[in-house]
Amino acid sequence: MKVLLSWLREFAPFEGDPVALGEEMSDLGMAVESIDRIGEGLGGIVVAEVLDLRPHPDADKIQLVDVDAGDGEALQICCGAFNMAVGDHVPLATLGVTMPGGMKIERRKLRGQWSNGMLCSTRELGLGDDHDGIMVLPPSAAPGTEIAVALGIEPDVLYDLEINPNRPDAMSVAGVARDLAARMRVPFTQLAPVVVEHGQMPPGVSVEIVDADLCGRFLVRVLADIVVGESPAWIANRLTHLGMRPINSVVDASNFVMLELGQPSHTYDLNKVTGSSLRVRWARAGETIRTLDEVERTLTEGDGVIADRDDHAIGIAGVMGGASTEISSTTSAVLLEMAWWDPMSIARSSARLGLRSEASMRFERGADPEIAELAALRFAELLAPSGATLATGVVDQRGDLPDRAPVPVRMERVNGLLGTELGGDAIIQLLTPIGFGVAPVGTSAPGVLDVTIPTFRYDTTTETDVIEEIARHHGYSRIPRSVPAAVRTGGLTDRQAERRAVRQAMVGLGLDEAMPLPFVSAADVEATGLPAEFVTVTNPLDAGESVLRTSLRTGLLKAVAYNASHRHPGIRLFEIGKVFGRPPAGQQLPDEREHLGVALAGDDAIGAVEVWHVLADAVAIADTRLEQVPVAGLHPTRSAEIVAHDTDGRDLVIGAVGEIDPTVLDRFAITERVAWLELDLDAVSGLAHGRAAYRTISRHPSSDFDLAFEVPESTSAASIERSIIDAAGELLADVRLFDVYRGPGLPPGTRSLAYRLRLQARDRTLTDADAAEVRSRVVAAVSDAHAAVLRG
Amino acid sequence: MIDEIRAIEAEATTRIADAATLDAVRALETELTGKKSPLNGFKKTLGGLDHEQRRAAGQALNQAREQIGAALDARAAELATAERRAQIDGERLDLTEYAPPRRRGRLHLVTQSRDRLEDVFVGMGFSVAEGPEVETDWYNFEALNIPESHPARGMWDTLYVDLGEPESTLLRTHTSPVQIRVMQDGEPPIYSIMPGRVYRRDTADASHMPVFHQIEGLVVDKGISFGDLAGTLEAFTSAYFGGAIHSRLRPSYFPFTEPSAEYDINCIFCEGTGCRTCAQTGWLELGGCGMVHPNVFAAVGYDPDEWSGFAFGFGIDRLALMRHGVDDIRELYTNDARFLEQF
Repeated sequence: MKVLLSWLREFAPFEGDPVALGEEMSDLGMAVESIDRIGEGLGGIVVAEVLDLRPHPDADKIQLVDVDAGDGEALQICCGAFNMAVGDHVPLATLGVTMPGGMKIERRKLRGQWSNGMLCSTRELGLGDDHDGIMVLPPSAAPGTEIAVALGIEPDVLYDLEINPNRPDAMSVAGVARDLAARMRVPFTQLAPVVVEHGQMPPGVSVEIVDADLCGRFLVRVLADIVVGESPAWIANRLTHLGMRPINSVVDASNFVMLELGQPSHTYDLNKVTGSSLRVRWARAGETIRTLDEVERTLTEGDGVIADRDDHAIGIAGVMGGASTEISSTTSAVLLEMAWWDPMSIARSSARLGLRSEASMRFERGADPEIAELAALRFAELLAPSGATLATGVVDQRGDLPDRAPVPVRMERVNGLLGTELGGDAIIQLLTPIGFGVAPVGTSAPGVLDVTIPTFRYDTTTETDVIEEIARHHGYSRIPRSVPAAVRTGGLTDRQAERRAVRQAMVGLGLDEAMPLPFVSAADVEATGLPAEFVTVTNPLDAGESVLRTSLRTGLLKAVAYNASHRHPGIRLFEIGKVFGRPPAGQQLPDEREHLGVALAGDDAIGAVEVWHVLADAVAIADTRLEQVPVAGLHPTRSAEIVAHDTDGRDLVIGAVGEIDPTVLDRFAITERVAWLELDLDAVSGLAHGRAAYRTISRHPSSDFDLAFEVPESTSAASIERSIIDAAGELLADVRLFDVYRGPGLPPGTRSLAYRLRLQARDRTLTDADAAEVRSRVVAAVSDAHAAVLRG
Repeated sequence: MIDEIRAIEAEATTRIADAATLDAVRALETELTGKKSPLNGFKKTLGGLDHEQRRAAGQALNQAREQIGAALDARAAELATAERRAQIDGERLDLTEYAPPRRRGRLHLVTQSRDRLEDVFVGMGFSVAEGPEVETDWYNFEALNIPESHPARGMWDTLYVDLGEPESTLLRTHTSPVQIRVMQDGEPPIYSIMPGRVYRRDTADASHMPVFHQIEGLVVDKGISFGDLAGTLEAFTSAYFGGAIHSRLRPSYFPFTEPSAEYDINCIFCEGTGCRTCAQTGWLELGGCGMVHPNVFAAVGYDPDEWSGFAFGFGIDRLALMRHGVDDIRELYTNDARFLEQF
């Protein structure tokens, strides 16, 4: 909502610095988004008449214009616009003038031709946004007249305000003025239009509200002797400043009243309204109407219409009028509608029809049902100078209007919710100037104020609504600041702390945290080698974002490919984020789980295994194993499931580790290996976590020995290690794979795995015999269980 | 005899001074002071001397032994120092001759900001709550006093998914549904923050992403007032941004709070004097806040006459961008190494 300071001042005597006034408006919840000072610095800009136009001899984009700036002499100007004709009156910035934008006008040569000033666009004058051509003035402006005089412009301040949905009153100049006047403690005076009525309303003008739930009030007046023409400059200027384009005197008057008082109106050409009678009702499904914009529209039962005597729709309630009764240059009598529409109905109807207008916006928020008479008089007053006359007589019908019973407001509640200590009189002094009626203290129940809500505050219905108004006018900044007194401890949950530990472990391993979007496409899912089972976005903006990911793989692979294509191969990334599976039976929401994804470009599966081991250590989960099996989308001979045990001791797959399948890499145009780890962090947090219980350190020396086995490639190192651990028994303090050898000296298809075992007892020093005994047990167990041979 | 002793001492001193290595010093030590040394030989003959002579010879002998011992120690120390110096000189390393095998990784900018925000609020006694990113219409809208066809629904462009009835399941447009879940799952007093990812049906541009992050706070207790809201946000503001930065609240509108407010802070670049970032106003808009609306309490079965509370929320991404002077939010989600490794 834009407002002019001069217009506000017609309602209340606002004084002082316009910027300070703007700050008060912001503090009242009408945030000032910009302040423009208009009409300043127009001195020296005069009306000039175009005498001659001719091409510039040496430039295509400039023409030479001779103008008469009031002295009858031809003055040559170079001009870059071509929209004017001989005889037009245009604004001329004369030599020595400094433009509103700061440019100084001097006599100068453009491609060898003198220019003795500058012809101006509306934007250059700060009078509008038009910069397509030179502003063409009304022919009535005499050459030589100062432009400010010719256009009736006085210096003014234009505020652009952001108005919240709960402030229907502030959708008008009068409403903003009322609010600001209360804050500035100056009196607010509502308009009192002076209109001389003339003649009688023609017989037969009638209104029937068929559907009372659609229309709360429908007031009609008739104006005769209408001459549709241009509006006076002061009306056109104000409309332009507030962002509406002047159209003709009748439409302009309607828009002017809407901006000024917040009441949208509709004007019908009386002679085109069949039977002069109006019926207000819900539309029938499939009913059609041609609207003002010449579009044939099909209505539903959720739209309201105004119909004529024959029940033909001639307007869509609160949204747009019909073409059949439109005002034209031949209109001589106007049927003026001032209505109040059910806000929710207008909201639905305008949204469905895609027709949001200044009028529908005001009806949606809830207009003032009691301003119709005043608004009609103001309309007539604006048109009176053109000869239009207001006929005596009003047709005024009412439907359902909101309940306006007084709202009991508990003072204890006011002060408790705000943290203030306001007395009853203080509250009354805050509410009364903004139109709320409050019964004097003591006339209601003890500690309670009965507050009557003004009709222009459709939004306000409850005690809390009223408390908000009290807070607003008391001033948020004047409410004493405190902090809740309760003693409490904050903290992260174990789950949240574990997530941070995982991140720190990843960062310590040199991985950067990535954040791809969680959206993928069905084709992405297939390319990644994942099952085609997912949750779909039904209204995506982009088809590439129509599926919720089921794995972090797609996003990280795209990030790897992106970086490789930007000369950054070998990137090491991780991500922690949600993945979404189809919901289990009987559940509406997806199976949403938090995963960790790790992609190591240029690294092989063992790199990912290393990350897994560091991670398992960082979050202290033990008792897991890698089960080397093919995993969908991963390299079939270089992938494993990570298997843990749930609380009942059953196997639980919590993730996968390995390398991305080369076929998948091809699809993402990745030419380096990519090691991969994906872990279900929700599953991890549900596992038993090792708690560090102290074990006494043995004071007896330990004893180490090494064993190397020839092991077929098909036998996993993990299974050898498992056999060693089982066979060695309780004397085994540690076992470590310290060397893997493939090459000469070994049978084909085998490799050598060398383990170092450390034995230690808590209660004694081990003897050579102890070590020999464990050694032979281990060798026997490994050779028995596997096709493994001890190497000499 | 005394003369002989003096002669031995003099010769020994010369030889010790000539010793070139620590090993040579050790050999001399054995030769000059050991059991087979001449001085030791003299010691055995002392018994045959009379008292007076024995005393004089004994003194000379002791003096010689001490002299030789001191000379040995001094020479050994001198040589040890020289050897250590030679070792050190030979071990010179150029510590700038460093080829980093791999640097430490970086947390994402959003994570860094989120962690800091969590830490500040945890320090103020808040716990951290989370919830699902795919939500029902009820949690995202209805329970937050935004019934169907409420004009305020236009404030959020919503992405829906193919679960349940059409438009009944959606990607949450704010973290506020977590407030509802926290109130449902627990009971007051509640002092929680809800950080997380949110979704809007928005085309990506320099200041919009279809996915971004928010943090909200919720306090529900007996006697909580608007003053508590203002004071809590002020305490957070100076804790997070530093003591020179203050907050202000301006009236605003949100369906789920009343009274509602915009939460502004002094511009963190100019500290309130006016600059390009704050459009010369000295203030930055951070987020929204207000007192929990009675209808929201009604949705979770809390009695608004018994409990009151406040809620607040703001964007994490924008904070992160502001802090580091990043002017395009899309950079956060491109996953370009050249961006990630800067922070």
